[in-house]
This record gives sequence, C-alpha cells and structure tokens, in this order.
Amino acid sequence: MSHRPITEDDLHGYVDRVLEPERQAQVAAYLNDHPEVAKRVAAFTDQREGLRAALAPIAEEPLPAELNLKRIIEQRARRPSFVRWAAAALVLLSIGGIGGWSMRGALQGSPGGLAALGQEAAASYSVYAPDRVRPVEVRASDSAELVQWVSDRLHRPVKAPDLTTSGYRLMGGRIVASSHGPAAMFMYDDDHGSRIVVLIRAMSSADQNAPMTPQSQGDVGGFAWADDGLGYSLMGRAAPESLRPIADEVRRQSRPI
Amino acid sequence: MQDMLVQVEPLIPALRRYARSLVRDRATADDLVQDCLERAVSHWHQRRDGSVRAWLFTILHNLAISQFRQSAARGSHVPIDESNEDDFSEAAAQDQKLMYRDVLNKLARLPKDQQAVLLLVGVEDLSYADAAKVLGVPVGTVMSRLSRARERLQQELEGPSNGEASNIVSIRSARE
Repeated sequence: MSHRPITEDDLHGYVDRVLEPERQAQVAAYLNDHPEVAKRVAAFTDQREGLRAALAPIAEEPLPAELNLKRIIEQRARRPSFVRWAAAALVLLSIGGIGGWSMRGALQGSPGGLAALGQEAAASYSVYAPDRVRPVEVRASDSAELVQWVSDRLHRPVKAPDLTTSGYRLMGGRIVASSHGPAAMFMYDDDHGSRIVVLIRAMSSADQNAPMTPQSQGDVGGFAWADDGLGYSLMGRAAPESLRPIADEVRRQSRPI
Repeated sequence: MQDMLVQVEPLIPALRRYARSLVRDRATADDLVQDCLERAVSHWHQRRDGSVRAWLFTILHNLAISQFRQSAARGSHVPIDESNEDDFSEAAAQDQKLMYRDVLNKLARLPKDQQAVLLLVGVEDLSYADAAKVLGVPVGTVMSRLSRARERLQQELEGPSNGEASNIVSIRSARE
C-alpha cells in the first residue's frame, strides 16, 4: 500500500489532531516504524498537553467586572445617546439664550408674562413721557383715528380708557414695539403735567388672564394685568397707591359690562 | 447586539488565557482583553465573514503586539523571570505547579511569534488557517514557525536547567 510521503506538517497535524482519519492512521503507522521520529512527536504532544493543562485554570477564573460584555455593549450604546443628549442640551441652551426672552412668559406663567409687559410699558414711559415735542403720534383730538389704528394693528377692538374721573386726560397715543408684536400706547397727563402711560398688547397663550400685580423698573412703576388675551400695564412716576385706583379704572373699563 | 453577545461572550475566557499567556501580567492582560472587547463591540458590523473566534484573536493579538512594542520603546519591559508566576497556576494542584511553571517559563524564552503560534494552535485550538489570519502570515509560515517553536521549546525543556528552574531564575535575574 503506497501513499503520499509523510511531511513535517503531517507530524504537527498529528500532534494537533487535525488530520483526516485516514491520514492520521498513516502517520501513526509511520511513527510505529520510526521510533526516533515517534519520540519527537511524543515530546511535542507532551508540550501541547503541558501547556494546555498549565493554562487551563486561567479560562476557569470568574470574569472580572470590566470584562462583562453586556456592560461593555450597554456603555457603548449609551455613548451615542449621550452625544445626542448633549446636542439637545446645547439646543435648549440656545433657546434659553435667544428665544428664552420671548418664551419666558409662557414658561414661567403669569408673573413672567406680566413682568415683561410691565417692563415694556415702563420703557415706553421712559422714552415717550419725557418727550416735549411729540410724546404721542396721534393726538387725542383724533382719538377716533387712534382707536382705529391700534385696533387694526392689534387685530381686536381696543378703546382708549377714559381717565378723566381720575384727573388724567388723554393726550393721544401710538403703536410701539413689544415682544408680542404691536402694542397700543396711550398717554395721559394731569393738571400738574405728570404723565402716565397705558400699554395694551396681546399676551401669550399662557397669560390670557392674569391678576393685577405691581410692576416697576427704576423709578417708573405701576401695575400690569391681563384680561381675555390682552395685557394691560399702567406706568408712571406717581406713587403706586395713587396709581392703583387708576389701574382699577382702566381694568373696569376694558371689561365687558 | 444580541447575536454578538451570544457569539463573543463564550470566547472571553479563552481570550483572557491567550492574553495572559503572552503578556503574563494579569492586570495588563485583562486590560488588553477589555480593549479587545470594546473594539469588537464598536466594529461588530464591520467584521468580515469567517470565524468570529479568529477575528477576536486577531484584534487581541494585534493589541498585544503593539503593547509589546510600546513597553519595549519605553524600556519598561518586565523581565519574564520576575513576573508573578502564580498568576498562571494558582488553581492547579501544588505538585503540578512546578511542572506547569517550568513549561511556562520555558515557553516565555521563545520569541513572541513562536509563543503565539504555539498558544493559538496548541492551546486555543485555532485551525492553521485561522492562526495564519491572526498572525497575518501565510499558512506555510505558520507551519514552519510551529515546527521551529516546538523544536525550540523541546530544547529548552531538555536543557541542562531542566528541573533547576529556580537556579536559572536567580542567574537571569542577577544578570538583567
């Protein structure tokens, strides 16, 4: 019976038991006839078994926590979501910085919305009340035109409160800018020349109705409230206790009877 | 990721064994395996067809090799004979310990590429073809390297120091 010559590779294959059964038998037969080679092969087999036995205990050891594959996978999965979270946080921070000014009324509820309104009214007061040349754009003599103008711009009927019973006469008014679009500003003065302004504008959906609260900015103070989607703020340099009845009068007039 | 868990998790003990056999330090070896597993998780979908076992051993082997290069460059190589040999054989019976220690110490004297082929083929049961993939060499090179490694290890085991491992350790330590 003739077969392919036995190679060095066959001997290692024999040691590692990876030969086909037929070849394995041929090598065994060859080793039977060649004791010197068989001695070498036996030594290699002993090496192999020795290494396996010596190293086997390592694979029996319990795995340390850092080699917990499930945890590694979970940590990996968490990393991208952290990136997403960080991106979302950045967006939110941007909104907080840029859009937050206009959003803060909605986020904070009534006081925030009224505070913004009060600040806008105070700003209008500070800009226009000291103006000796043209404190108002449309004079009270053209009040019908004024009311039409501001009602058009605010998309709802707006009346200029009549504060004569409180000692204040309507000087006139104008449209001013606000964080919620156009605002109607009415200006009044009394016999001493002291002026007050009433600012009316739309409120955010969160502040459709809000009780009257005192507002102030610097030495300008007054009150703000919201009724049925419109915000009102009355501002002046007079003492708050003297302004409060006037504010009440404005509110009374703005409400449907 | 479930298929990954099923295919990779059972191989972790063998990966640990290969890493520790090569680098001999338990903490360093486990660090390598952890690194290997993290890479496997992040590259799971980029693996090619073929044995997951060979793929994992390839990652681990390359990490171990670059670890050797780095520690050689730093000059912080821990002499083999000073490493903690109990890391290998603590679970073995006491009378076997010396024998195991001897074969492992002799193995450690071989060049790393010879150690690697002995471990991959003889201990981790990789096919010659998979061992060739892991080592990045043709199968023929695996066979000739395996042959040289077994001859060399046999010379070490039959050397004059056989059974006198402790003397060799002290001589080598004094010299290094």
